[in-house]
Amino acid sequence: MSEIALPKIDSSILNRKSEIVKNLSKLTDKENVLSEADELRPYETDALSVYTQTPLAVVLPENTEEVSEILKYCYSENIKVVPRGAGTGLSGGALPLQDAILLGLGKFNKILEIDYENKCVVTQPGVTNLGITHAVQHKGFYYAPDPSSQLACSIGGNVAENSGGVHSLKYGTTTNNILGVQMVMMDGTICRFGGKSFDQEGYDLMGLICGSEGLLGVVTEVTVKILKTPEVVRAALIGFPSIKEGGDAASEIISSGIVPAGMEIMDKALIEATDNFSKAGYPRDAELLLIVELDGTDSEVNELIKKVEAICKKNNCSSLKLSNSEKERLSFWAGRKAAFPACGAMAPDYYCMDGSIPRGKLAEALLEIKKLSEKYELPVANCFHAGDGNLHPLIMFDGNDKEQLRKTEEFGSEILKTCVRLGGVITGEHGVGIEKRELMCEMFNDKDIQQQLSIKKSLDEKNLLNPGKVYPILRKCAEEGRVHVHKKQDKFPDLPRF
Amino acid sequence: MSTKNKINSQIFQDSNNVYYPKDEAEVSDLIRELYKQDSPTEIIGNNSKSFIGNKTQSANTTSLSKIAGIIDYRPEELYIKVKACTPINEIEQVLSENNQELAFEPIDFGYIEEGKSNKGTIAGYLSCNYAGSRRFKVGSVRDHVLGFKGVNGKGDIIKSGGTVVKNVTGYDLSKLIAGSFGTLVALTEITLKVLPKKDSSKTVIIYPSNFEQIYDFFNKLSSSSSEISGAVFVPEQSKDKDFVTKKNSVFKFNDLKSNVSFIAFRVEGDKISIEEKIKNLKKELELNNSDISTLDVYQSEPFWKKVNNLEVFEKTEHNLIRMVIPPANGSKLCKHLENNHNYFVDWCGSLFWIEVNSKKEENIKDLKKMAKDFGGYLTVIKTSSEYDYGEAIFTVDNVRLMISEKVKQSFDPKRILNPGKMYRGV
Repeated sequence: MSEIALPKIDSSILNRKSEIVKNLSKLTDKENVLSEADELRPYETDALSVYTQTPLAVVLPENTEEVSEILKYCYSENIKVVPRGAGTGLSGGALPLQDAILLGLGKFNKILEIDYENKCVVTQPGVTNLGITHAVQHKGFYYAPDPSSQLACSIGGNVAENSGGVHSLKYGTTTNNILGVQMVMMDGTICRFGGKSFDQEGYDLMGLICGSEGLLGVVTEVTVKILKTPEVVRAALIGFPSIKEGGDAASEIISSGIVPAGMEIMDKALIEATDNFSKAGYPRDAELLLIVELDGTDSEVNELIKKVEAICKKNNCSSLKLSNSEKERLSFWAGRKAAFPACGAMAPDYYCMDGSIPRGKLAEALLEIKKLSEKYELPVANCFHAGDGNLHPLIMFDGNDKEQLRKTEEFGSEILKTCVRLGGVITGEHGVGIEKRELMCEMFNDKDIQQQLSIKKSLDEKNLLNPGKVYPILRKCAEEGRVHVHKKQDKFPDLPRF
Repeated sequence: MSTKNKINSQIFQDSNNVYYPKDEAEVSDLIRELYKQDSPTEIIGNNSKSFIGNKTQSANTTSLSKIAGIIDYRPEELYIKVKACTPINEIEQVLSENNQELAFEPIDFGYIEEGKSNKGTIAGYLSCNYAGSRRFKVGSVRDHVLGFKGVNGKGDIIKSGGTVVKNVTGYDLSKLIAGSFGTLVALTEITLKVLPKKDSSKTVIIYPSNFEQIYDFFNKLSSSSSEISGAVFVPEQSKDKDFVTKKNSVFKFNDLKSNVSFIAFRVEGDKISIEEKIKNLKKELELNNSDISTLDVYQSEPFWKKVNNLEVFEKTEHNLIRMVIPPANGSKLCKHLENNHNYFVDWCGSLFWIEVNSKKEENIKDLKKMAKDFGGYLTVIKTSSEYDYGEAIFTVDNVRLMISEKVKQSFDPKRILNPGKMYRGV
């Protein structure tokens, strides 16, 4: 893996480690400050596990006031701080720094209030995404954004990354599903944006914080909107004899006025990989597989299914299967959700990319990726959130072969540049972190980046909060690595990734 | 040539000294010059909503009205990219040809100001971020913006976002621009998410007998799997006979009883599922056919237009308040407003439009306190001619004001763009 540049290390901070640890221990329970090598090891990386770094110390505060006191102290002493949720992020946003404390929000694990009347849940940021749904599902409610890591990822991390998921086309991403946050700024100021009502007045600071990757503040409380579970959910599994016909069908579904709850595409390589891995019963003769999920009332879903069927037949689908039970619907998804581990079983390593493209450019993008795969002599499998244009090519390679590693990085970078050329963006949902930092210049010019840095400076003038992430340090468009998962190093091997 | 003359020679100025830059480059040149001269400017579009907010105190006025036109519309990609001051009517027209729409239902503020339609431009909508009746289901204006381009207070052309819905590349500045009243950038280009129009709609009218019942209905409606896309309460109780007359004339529909308070909720979709949803909702709300009336699509569509146009407050000469609170406190607020102010409730119990008589302006202070106590906020959308600005138009706390000042500073360090439009110092 290529070297990445991190902010210059402040050796005076390293020299003062014991004094800093002692002072931090006065601001929270002594047990909450970790500084021994073996205690720090679990925090060396997030889910972009190829990059590791030992933090100066780990602090695990228990309430907002403690977070405020800790940040105030760090601010006055010029100590860098890296916030961390559950550490499931794929772009290295929570990678520690040697001279920074890692601020873990793991102890903020309580749901504070369930308010059915106002259709919201007030929660601490360390509660998992799925934990919120679990707390309200007995009353028929759920929290809509569903990142694949929802079993483990925290809602605070979701706010930092503006996480999406399979259902984001219809229900939006995190930013569209939260009502308020409490946040602590780097100087210790506690602030509240939004609440239980819609649309705060004035600058939408909650909107700014959401997706800011821990650079502007530390979120200590989140109020999320909950929705009523749809009455009926059904899925269709549709095979196509060519990429073009499948891609066209997906585009036509959208342009015909249907908004599916989810719509996923897998190419032939991935159909085979996942079917071998999970025995999902996918049509193996298909060049492209489309999974369409529809929800609503009974007759609404039946109407939509009829329309989807007609469009797919018109586009020459080779097979079409509808789910007739909840068990069958989940079996349709089983293969798709096993896409990442299936690739992991086929090669020693894989890189996961995360570009977004206009939906109509799917066939073009896949053909381009195929050409690149031949050029670099590396196999690639593609899955695609077809509903919202989010593409996840998985490049398979052997990380022990230095030449293959170099080629993979180049291949990945070319894919993301292709996404931008086709009118898309370099990250749809994984975040920039350290991973795609240097590719920011592919999308933004100097003025755009300066404006964003200027916001950062206005809210964190000493640049102490999560420095070195998102924005290029060296102001050059170097090519850096993408998500690199080595079989044995995968931090969360059991999490589905899709 | 003096700097002032230099600007004049390049950019068209009318007899009222309003600048009309014709493209993005001219907007950038103009603001760069104003930045050099420390000379602030008011930013306007088609002037349809410029009455909202504080009066800016600036030597110049810049109209972006010539920055108009559709750049790229991709119905199959569900987006439209337009120049910032493209009229809403033009956008809605072209979307309608493809059976699509702006799902947030732009409010037509022309009625309260001039008594007739004046929807203005998309930049104006984005700058105010006031969504119509469908908000609680589909989100606000800010939830439908995919990206923008604009000129910051230094004259730099900046952009954020793109044309795709999934995008987490850099800070989400589109959200910050929404509701910023032109104080951060002069918008030049906006990309919006568009959605398919629903096949049809029906509106069911209920005639509740007391306040508790209103919010019981609202709660059941928002808790149902049979999704609704609009729910309003229009009260009859008012000492103001003119208002009652106005109300009864605005909401004059064949299948709507007059002279009574009513709740109206809208169901949209294909015809079969509309019937199914209404059937489910009637059961969940325990309604008998004799208690309700139903507006078919020909009555339902104009009904919601009248709601979104705020037609009951047509050409109001009083103060018009927009208050948003969590719905659980709604019935308390209704009780307070009863017989004191003319009002109606939208967003299934969250949004209150309240008219405060110009002779009772001191009441705005109490209402503001209530909004705050209830966990919401209020904005004085339209002020009477006697309004003395003693009570600020917007609601903000000290910490948020401090952060807002910092954010403003990062976009517009010399406060060139719409200074004071929102808060003093911003």
